[in-house]
Amino acid sequence: MKRICLYFEIHQIIHLKRYRFFDIGRDHYYYDDYENERSINDIAERSYVPALQTLIQMCRDHPEFKVAFSLSGVGLEQLEFHAPQVIDLLREINSTGQVEFLCEPYSHGLSSLANEESFVAEVKRMSDRVKELFGKRPKVFRNSSLIYNDEIGAQVAAMGFKGILTEGAKQVLGWKSPHYLYHCASDPRLKLLMRDINLSEDITERFTSHPLMADQWLDWIASTPEGENIINIFGELVTFGIFHPLQSGILEFLKAIPVLAKERGIGFALPSELCAEKSVGAIEVPYNISWVDEERDTSCWLGNVMQREAFNKLYSVADRVRVCGDRRIQMDWDSLQASNNFRFMTTKPGYQYRGIYDSPYDAFTNYMNILGDFISRVNNLYGGADNEEIDGLITMIKNQDDELAAKDKEIERLRKKLEKFNPTEVEEKKPVKKAVPKKPAAAKKAAEKAKPAAGAAAKKVTAPKAAPKKK
Amino acid sequence: MKVLMFGWEFPPKIYGGLAVASYGITKGMIEGQPDAEITFCLPKPCGEEEKFLRIIGMNQVPIVYRGHDYDYVKSHIPDYMTPEEYYKFRDHIYADFSYMNVNDMGCMEFAGGYPGNLHDEINNFSIIAGVVARSEQFDIIHAHDWLTYPAGVHAKMVSGKPLCIHVHATDFDRSRGKVNPTVYSIEKNGMDHADCIMCVSELTRQTVIREYHQDPRKCFAVHNAVYPLPQEYLDIPRVDHGKEKVVTFLGRITMQKGPEYFIEAADLVCKRSKNIRFCFAGSGDKYWEMVDLAAAKGIADRVHFPGFLRGKQVYECYKASDVFVMPSVSEPFGIAPLEAMQCGTPSIISKQSGCGEILDKVIKVDYWDINAMADAIYSLCTNEGLHKYLQEEGLKEVAEITWVKVGHRIRKLYDECIYNGGFIH
Repeated sequence: MKRICLYFEIHQIIHLKRYRFFDIGRDHYYYDDYENERSINDIAERSYVPALQTLIQMCRDHPEFKVAFSLSGVGLEQLEFHAPQVIDLLREINSTGQVEFLCEPYSHGLSSLANEESFVAEVKRMSDRVKELFGKRPKVFRNSSLIYNDEIGAQVAAMGFKGILTEGAKQVLGWKSPHYLYHCASDPRLKLLMRDINLSEDITERFTSHPLMADQWLDWIASTPEGENIINIFGELVTFGIFHPLQSGILEFLKAIPVLAKERGIGFALPSELCAEKSVGAIEVPYNISWVDEERDTSCWLGNVMQREAFNKLYSVADRVRVCGDRRIQMDWDSLQASNNFRFMTTKPGYQYRGIYDSPYDAFTNYMNILGDFISRVNNLYGGADNEEIDGLITMIKNQDDELAAKDKEIERLRKKLEKFNPTEVEEKKPVKKAVPKKPAAAKKAAEKAKPAAGAAAKKVTAPKAAPKKK
Repeated sequence: MKVLMFGWEFPPKIYGGLAVASYGITKGMIEGQPDAEITFCLPKPCGEEEKFLRIIGMNQVPIVYRGHDYDYVKSHIPDYMTPEEYYKFRDHIYADFSYMNVNDMGCMEFAGGYPGNLHDEINNFSIIAGVVARSEQFDIIHAHDWLTYPAGVHAKMVSGKPLCIHVHATDFDRSRGKVNPTVYSIEKNGMDHADCIMCVSELTRQTVIREYHQDPRKCFAVHNAVYPLPQEYLDIPRVDHGKEKVVTFLGRITMQKGPEYFIEAADLVCKRSKNIRFCFAGSGDKYWEMVDLAAAKGIADRVHFPGFLRGKQVYECYKASDVFVMPSVSEPFGIAPLEAMQCGTPSIISKQSGCGEILDKVIKVDYWDINAMADAIYSLCTNEGLHKYLQEEGLKEVAEITWVKVGHRIRKLYDECIYNGGFIH
């Protein structure tokens, strides 16, 4: 049976304000509150609310209908703050049980291309948020703008995800069809769901310019060759109402899908259901792919030297930000990472939407000013210690973390063993786990001796806080 | 295709952008179109002009009959002209101008350039144009800038050939809206009689339509271009000032060019950064005012006034700069940023500059937005990525802007005037 896998992304960036270089060092607030409130309300009103209401109704009317979503952390913050009604709707649709929430990097940024630890950290953070909000830990991952390569695949698999969504890009699929389940070339545990570009973009890109009827669209799906059973339709939720205005009839199109699909014997599936199946083969992706532009690569974020400079500069402080305990810095870090900031700087022809900026140079200048202030704040936390010193400490902290993790595992293993021998004693032995931090305390002392700045190398690292005082 | 052109300046004698543009347009046409023949009328040629077109010195065209013999004429005219030509002009004198102040050859003297009695010279130029138009054979008339519009109109009256006028600037640009009524009337009269108005930018075209009430159907934007730099200039090395950066303004220091906004922006930058210097090259009526302003702002130690630069010095200045700024309040075209880009210097231009319409690899700001200007200057000086991108891409972009392409565009407009009777039917 052919099944449609519907997935929609919910992400809005936190807009940066006009930030002149005179503000560097004086003003540490980077956001355009008015624009944030206006745009998120506008989008919620014109798109998220009507689209989600329609989807909720569809779930109620058609028990076989299924749909997946993912939220970015920054988008979620915006919604919580300015448009909580959208969260309520998401909870409501979640309660139908026909919905799955996927995980993505908290910031909707490009950390997967820059810094593995930061990437892992923000994915975990998002995963926790999803669990907290919707009660289930996500099993399937989707990277920002479906960016993927074999290396990212391996990292995602190591985090325990069963599957990942990515683009059915011609340059990686070649003659293969996106309508099968594949797996990652570097880790076969991770399944790949490849987006069907044509059928997806019939809705997301071309719905207004080439009006389409739902029966026509489902006929195309029904007429795919025998055996091609997975139709991955991925898009952004703003397709409904923003990319294509509601008066274009796009919601009616959506509503018609379940009935017409039933007539043609087409079903629906969630990503995690598909990922539990058997894959037909590996797909090798040595270079980055994404769902953006004709090239389906990362050129719209990292295509020119300005973008690469901004990118390199931003991630040059990734380690420092990750290990610092400063809440505000980490919030700013999330919003600065959002890939949209880089997209505003693209010089590729035909790109129109640039937010408040009137040219890529303007976008770059504004971003670099903010980044300049941000980086100096991060460095101030470390009391002007030089890079080598800090890098050394960060490595030390990381090694200790690894050591701790290994020890945790060991304890877990021993506890299990103990359980077998003496089940009654387990209750008493539990404190062993609690006692763990004591060990690092010893390590900590050693570190302190070596370098006072490593002071707080405790389990959840908050080391650098102590450093500035010392210096 | 024979073109009778009237111009006021031509290299090697350069007073301003007009000479460069006149040269580019004619050279581009000759290079791109083998059948084009251009006769270029100048008030006072110096005799060292390039020979790819025929130059007529208006100060050698007789308007009063003198019965000199062949040898006498030959010894009294410059070598780019033959006695036969002199006699041909003499045969077409159309009225008695003996009351005017003519010399021994029956010709009028011109001071050249922009003397105090400019209006007399413009008038004389148009009287002589009548003689030239009667003696020459041509298909179309092309007049550059308002000084030669009366001559163009006169030639059109005499010959009945279509008239194209080329608007390099309007008095609205030069005076920030407070026009000189005499100049305005000359400009308006020329435009009213023209069959085709070529403007150096859409900005100018809009001014022509709005302020001179011209029919938009006959107004066209024909953007200027630049010639590739000669080897001599290419060989000038780019100067690296180490930690210091140099930001340059280069142009006439007059109201039109917005020099005060440059100083204001420089002041903002200096407040934040210790290693950016400003070079304020050029001369003009606001020179001392700007020196005073820089001193009043307390940044005189960081703003340098090298004065008027000529020839190679201009390119040395571009090459020694890290950023070029043109904050013009109203710039019909503005060729300077293109030259700076040729030298590998990224440019910041005002949105009120015509050249911005064809340039993409420059930073555009409103001339009055000194915060944005300062921000752009600071960004170019501190962010290598931006500087490198604009430098490399700017070179590529400017290499695509050629006079031959401009020549083809002008030729299309000529053809429309000649064969289809103009644009208004």
